[in-house]
Amino acid sequence: MPQEVGKQYSELLRKYITHEDETDLYAAQQVSRKFIEKKISPEEVISLHKTSVEQIFPDLSSRIGPSYDFLIEIMIHYGLALMEHQSLVRKQEAMQIEMDVAVKVQDMLLETTVPKVDGLDIGIVSKPAKKMSGDYVYFIEQGNKEACVAVADVMGKGLPAALCMSMIKFGMDSLREKATEPHHVLEVINQIVEKSMDDSMFISMFYGKYVESTSTFTFGSAGHEPALLYRAEEDRFVELDAKGLLLGIRKDVDFQQKSVELATGDFIVMLTDGVTEGRNAEGFIEEEVILDMLRDVKNLPAQQIVDYLYTELFKMQNYMLHDDFTLVLFKKE
Amino acid sequence: MDNRSSVEIFTEWDIVAARQLGRNEAKNSGFGTVDQARITTAISELARNIYLYAGKGKIEIERLSTDGMKGMTIIASDEGPGIPDLRKVMEDGFSTSGGLGAGMPGVKRLMDDFKVESEVGKGTTITATKWLR
Repeated sequence: MPQEVGKQYSELLRKYITHEDETDLYAAQQVSRKFIEKKISPEEVISLHKTSVEQIFPDLSSRIGPSYDFLIEIMIHYGLALMEHQSLVRKQEAMQIEMDVAVKVQDMLLETTVPKVDGLDIGIVSKPAKKMSGDYVYFIEQGNKEACVAVADVMGKGLPAALCMSMIKFGMDSLREKATEPHHVLEVINQIVEKSMDDSMFISMFYGKYVESTSTFTFGSAGHEPALLYRAEEDRFVELDAKGLLLGIRKDVDFQQKSVELATGDFIVMLTDGVTEGRNAEGFIEEEVILDMLRDVKNLPAQQIVDYLYTELFKMQNYMLHDDFTLVLFKKE
Repeated sequence: MDNRSSVEIFTEWDIVAARQLGRNEAKNSGFGTVDQARITTAISELARNIYLYAGKGKIEIERLSTDGMKGMTIIASDEGPGIPDLRKVMEDGFSTSGGLGAGMPGVKRLMDDFKVESEVGKGTTITATKWLR
């Protein structure tokens, strides 16, 4: 231990014992910071204290000396625990850096562009609860005439989840020019996922396709949350659900496919369970609450609707996200 | 002069004997109070591991004097089951979280040099040295 700090400690202690002044205790606080900075262990501080006390009260040293030795023995493990803690913190920092790299990879891999289709207004919000999301949204556009979207929830997080998402992406990209019927897309992606991922990995996915010429929205679902369709004329919500098993469970699965026609002012909300299973202090947030909120802002542009919903639900959950939160909105203009 | 002394570890009392030997040697070698306590704690941990996992073994203390450097080496040896996963026992949080004590990383931190040789089914020898500054 540097002699300088030892001397400082000794002088300060002597001063305090003489005057018992708050100023000295404040100075002691500064010294304590310096000790931590210089990585002086608890047992060394006690040893220093012992030496100082022995200097100040030489006649007492033989009587109280052993009690300090006893305390030093006790503090050895505290010193070790402190060092271990520091080393774990450093390790955590290193992991954080690795994690940041993984997040960058995920962002790069999973970039998607919102389609521009005549007469269709699209809004999207997707927020991860932690650093890496288990939710995934991917769009495909066909020359201003068609917009396809996959909204998926990968059960599992981190890099394995990101790899799963890249499979969905490449599956969709490879089918781009051919059949983009939802049931077919789901079948193909299911086979890819089933073949490549281990048994603990499941994906729920909603796949929808909007065709401008007929204003129809065709969809299929692999065990995903039903989407919500708002009928403007009737001012009422309809659930859009189609039968289908989660992706990655079985090789050959049939996916049901359905279609709805959209009228002006109608909109479809696709979401993940992070939206419907939001929790506040009283329990789950009721679906009715979400529907009322959507009604309140139904005349706004699609992006503003989803942003509003996210902000309100985030507030209701005490500014915490318990699960990844994803909303995609298709609104017929 | 004999530079080596040892304590056989059979019972929990032998751990105390090993500590006592280590502390005396550390004191006689000129280590300060804090380092005496560190060396003793390291011996205690190593002896305890022998007692708990191997059943019996030996703690040897050796006084060192090389190239003007003075120090002390602890050699803990047993013919117990050995350590199957060295990396795991050297990891922080492996033993402390279960309240098992400072563990191997603790001993490594208490001393200056640290070496483990272990073979599953044959036993373990741990050598740890502290230098006098």
